[in-house]
Amino acid sequence: MRAYKPKDNVQAKAYYTDRYYVAPQVPKSDVSEDKVFAADLEAIKAKFEVKEAYIQVEQMVIYINAHDIYGVLELMRDELEYTQLSELSAIDWLAKSNQFEIFYQMLSMTKRKRVRVKYFIENGQAVDSVEKLFRSADWAEREMYDMFGIEANGHPFMKRILMPYDWQGHPLLKSYPLEGDEFAAWYEVDKIYGKEARDIIGPELRDTARVDRYDSERFARLGFEVPKGTEITGDEERHVESYQEEDGVFLIKKLDKESSKVIDDPQR
Amino acid sequence: MAQHKVNYTQDGGLPVALTSIDKIVNWGRSNSLWAMTYGLACCGIEMMAAGASRYDFDRFGTIFRASPRQSDVMIVAGTLTKKHSEFIKRLYDQMTEPRWVISMGSCANTGGMFNTYATVQGVDRIIPVDLYLPGCAPRPETLQYGVMLLQKKIRANKAGRAQKAKRLM
Repeated sequence: MRAYKPKDNVQAKAYYTDRYYVAPQVPKSDVSEDKVFAADLEAIKAKFEVKEAYIQVEQMVIYINAHDIYGVLELMRDELEYTQLSELSAIDWLAKSNQFEIFYQMLSMTKRKRVRVKYFIENGQAVDSVEKLFRSADWAEREMYDMFGIEANGHPFMKRILMPYDWQGHPLLKSYPLEGDEFAAWYEVDKIYGKEARDIIGPELRDTARVDRYDSERFARLGFEVPKGTEITGDEERHVESYQEEDGVFLIKKLDKESSKVIDDPQR
Repeated sequence: MAQHKVNYTQDGGLPVALTSIDKIVNWGRSNSLWAMTYGLACCGIEMMAAGASRYDFDRFGTIFRASPRQSDVMIVAGTLTKKHSEFIKRLYDQMTEPRWVISMGSCANTGGMFNTYATVQGVDRIIPVDLYLPGCAPRPETLQYGVMLLQKKIRANKAGRAQKAKRLM
């Protein structure tokens, strides 16, 4: 990474890009620098294969084999005092290497340390459920299935958690469009009215910049309200809404705005 | 109990008011718009504020009901997700005629800032809407103003004529 240079004149060089720019990395350090982490790593290495281990932002990150995950987390929970599984999810590297990276964020309240256990799986491969070890993995693994399509073997209720059960596609994949595919675009219309209603209801309007102030189908200005479908010309008369019947209510005198006094000064 | 004679012909006249059927029916309909609580997101907080003591919807005859069977107007306050869309249709169908819908806030109007796969881009794709309230979120005053506009709309109807059932399609 190059040294920082002041970019005061950046407007004049809008198209300038640094050919030798390297994205900044969070510095990694060796595990031996921390005694607690070093002891934990030794205990894990005694039983399982650890591919890579380092400390990053005061947390130890270890890479293991996918089939060892249940054993590693069991060892960490029962012997190394990492009694909480804070989070669990996947990272989509499909475009780069056709793989998912799965991470488990572990917390030890007694040691005041956090460890991130990671491994890679191929696209289409399932992971081993750790729901028997940590109840927090129950919903996290369901969410992972919902968002990435990664199934967890041995999970008691492997169904979608956020999206509806009949949803197609996994929204957190990088290949999934933010505005949804065709199934998502017509989901509610297809489900409620049927596919033949698509022509009647029409496609979704997703142009956020589209503002038509003369569109009385959807919008009119406050004080210039019109019934739906009215042609708006722009020279409508302003009408002030008053909460009373048009001709007044029986026995009640109608408020006359002209004869009322408005107090402008809040301090008065 | 006080026993005194009321002479109607002398003291203020006979207790009789003359009006038309249209007016009296619309007066009744428009002045007791029982709203169905439909707080889906942050607009729901403003809707609750409009119902609570500071803004006090009760004085407009608008009382929040937790059942579609008892309510006249559905105030859709907040983001409607696609997962929820079938339920809003079911609840709308359970409301008795005549019924009205207020779409409150940008999300209910058009999907708002949620230009994503999971959000219905406007509640009018599911149910017919009578009134769109702009704002993110609209102030409680705006909601009260909207209810007043809806009352005006109801009063403009001929109550005696058979009401055409509202259908999206």
